[in-house]
Amino acid sequence: MIHAILKAAQALLVPVAGVIAMVILLPLLAGYILLVKRKIIADQPDQRDQPDRPLAPPASAQRLLQPFEDVWALALQPDTLPRHADKLLFWFAPMLAAAIALLACSAIPFGPAFPMADLNVGLLFILAVASLGIYAILLGGPSANNHDSLDALRSAARYLSYGMVAALALASALMLAGSLSLRQIVQAQYDQGTWFILYAPVGFFAYLAASIVQVRHPSGDPGSGAGFLRALGILAEYANMIVFAGLATTLFFGGWLRPFARFHDHFLSTPVEMLDALPALLFLALAFYGASAAPQQRSKAHKIAIGSGAGLCVLLAAVMAASLFAAPGVMAAVHGAFWFLAKALACLYGFVWLRFTFPLYRFDRLMRVAWQFLIPLTLANLIGVGVAIVLREQLGVNPFFPSLVMTVATAGVAAWLWGGRNERGARESASPAADGGW
Amino acid sequence: MSAARGSPRHQPRMAGGEAMLMNSLIFYFFALWAVASAILMVTRRNVVHSAVFLVSTLVATAGIYLQLEAEFLFAVQLLLFAGGIAVLFLFAIMLTNLRVSAPWPPSNRRKFVAIAFAVALAAECAFAIFGRRGSLRVSVVPQMPAANTEAVASRLFSHFMLPLEITAILLLAAMLGAALMVKRQTE
Repeated sequence: MIHAILKAAQALLVPVAGVIAMVILLPLLAGYILLVKRKIIADQPDQRDQPDRPLAPPASAQRLLQPFEDVWALALQPDTLPRHADKLLFWFAPMLAAAIALLACSAIPFGPAFPMADLNVGLLFILAVASLGIYAILLGGPSANNHDSLDALRSAARYLSYGMVAALALASALMLAGSLSLRQIVQAQYDQGTWFILYAPVGFFAYLAASIVQVRHPSGDPGSGAGFLRALGILAEYANMIVFAGLATTLFFGGWLRPFARFHDHFLSTPVEMLDALPALLFLALAFYGASAAPQQRSKAHKIAIGSGAGLCVLLAAVMAASLFAAPGVMAAVHGAFWFLAKALACLYGFVWLRFTFPLYRFDRLMRVAWQFLIPLTLANLIGVGVAIVLREQLGVNPFFPSLVMTVATAGVAAWLWGGRNERGARESASPAADGGW
Repeated sequence: MSAARGSPRHQPRMAGGEAMLMNSLIFYFFALWAVASAILMVTRRNVVHSAVFLVSTLVATAGIYLQLEAEFLFAVQLLLFAGGIAVLFLFAIMLTNLRVSAPWPPSNRRKFVAIAFAVALAAECAFAIFGRRGSLRVSVVPQMPAANTEAVASRLFSHFMLPLEITAILLLAAMLGAALMVKRQTE
């Protein structure tokens, strides 16, 4: 019996270690997203005089320690509990939000060798777990036991509507792959020789739009108190951004696949392919840039920081280069992780940029966009993708041609819907009672 | 027993007894969670807390489905029951009774009906356990096809196509009816 328990503990070692690593690394990444967000906001010409003023723009080396400072500053403040608040729910809501976001992250394949939870319904798992996020929003309001509950209902309606848009948008990639397993969706992109963004661009953009609305978590908003609970709300929001970036990379950008994954070049008759040398060269270039920039820094601390960054790049370049000559499994694992992270971080940057510079819509307009524009559009996109698949598989047409035609047709539907929406919107806003709802 | 399953995606790091032990541990974890939150659900006086524990019970049940490798059922349980229907409960509570944290009376007059139902359910369980109608032993996983989601889908869209379409039309009619009623009220 004891032997069995020990064996089971041994088998659990790797998953548990993975979970601990994730629980440590994701908040860290979230902290750096905060840093990037401030940098982006600081670069906006019209945002310079905001009270919640972001940090000075120069990305100096000291800024890299800023996330730790932020977390301490938030966590050490006392939580402000509203007077008639329901204490249990007040604590429960942001914790649930953070836990759900981390759980959804666990199903994302960060590389061929790093499946935290390789479910064969990975996509469905993430959607199902994300659907629980509504409780964090819904309970955040009544816990304060005041008029916030109306606001919570609105937030919940927003979350549900855009959750539907996201699911319909992701379904287009699902149809192309024919599997719910995230690993097999990536494999399908390899087999079909292209990333699904080329076959279903409308699906990607609808998912992007839905996520921008969905990730907002009320307890992460400025003005919703301070302290540890607000830190959890921010963590939930940023972890959901990571889920977005991971899913978008997996479904639409080929996951851990190298660009031109099907193209094998064997120049110089060596087993090493030129495209596989790209990561190492990239890190080398970064190292050279750092090494040339280091002496020009003003203070000694900056010189040391930039210099050690360059050293780290040399090290990473060495790892990338060495894995080229290692066993194929090692090479696939290291390079897969590199490409996945590179694509996911690019997605993340774009997302943060849009999320924090795009103007906020009023609630009724937000709902109108969802129900009168995005949901019909994603449905049209599903039909278009389906027609393209049938044309390709039944008639054997060149795969790009039907996809292109269908994408143009879907874009036409989008223009038509948007035009109709604006006309209706103009008519309805003329009569103030037409807003309806809450 | 679970170790006898031969599906290729379960090339486990452990075999035989350990896998069974793990299965039992996971099962008891979710089972205890489900039972505890079910008890809490019926004993809380605050309706919102009751609703939260109802969701917790549904999530724990979904965990048991996952342990039984019914992944599709797991996802449906979370998406539909925990993420959909229970949300409607909370919506209804919050829309009808905005002072949600006011305690409700601890019991009502339906006590005897409840007792009758409880006895009936207990008798049913006893019959299932002792009447050899099926086995209730822990972690007996039947041979599942590796891709049971695909199996559900192909069955649903071939053999059960007509019932599926009829259900869809029914739901559409219900949705349109609800929208119509709201529209009539606001006009």
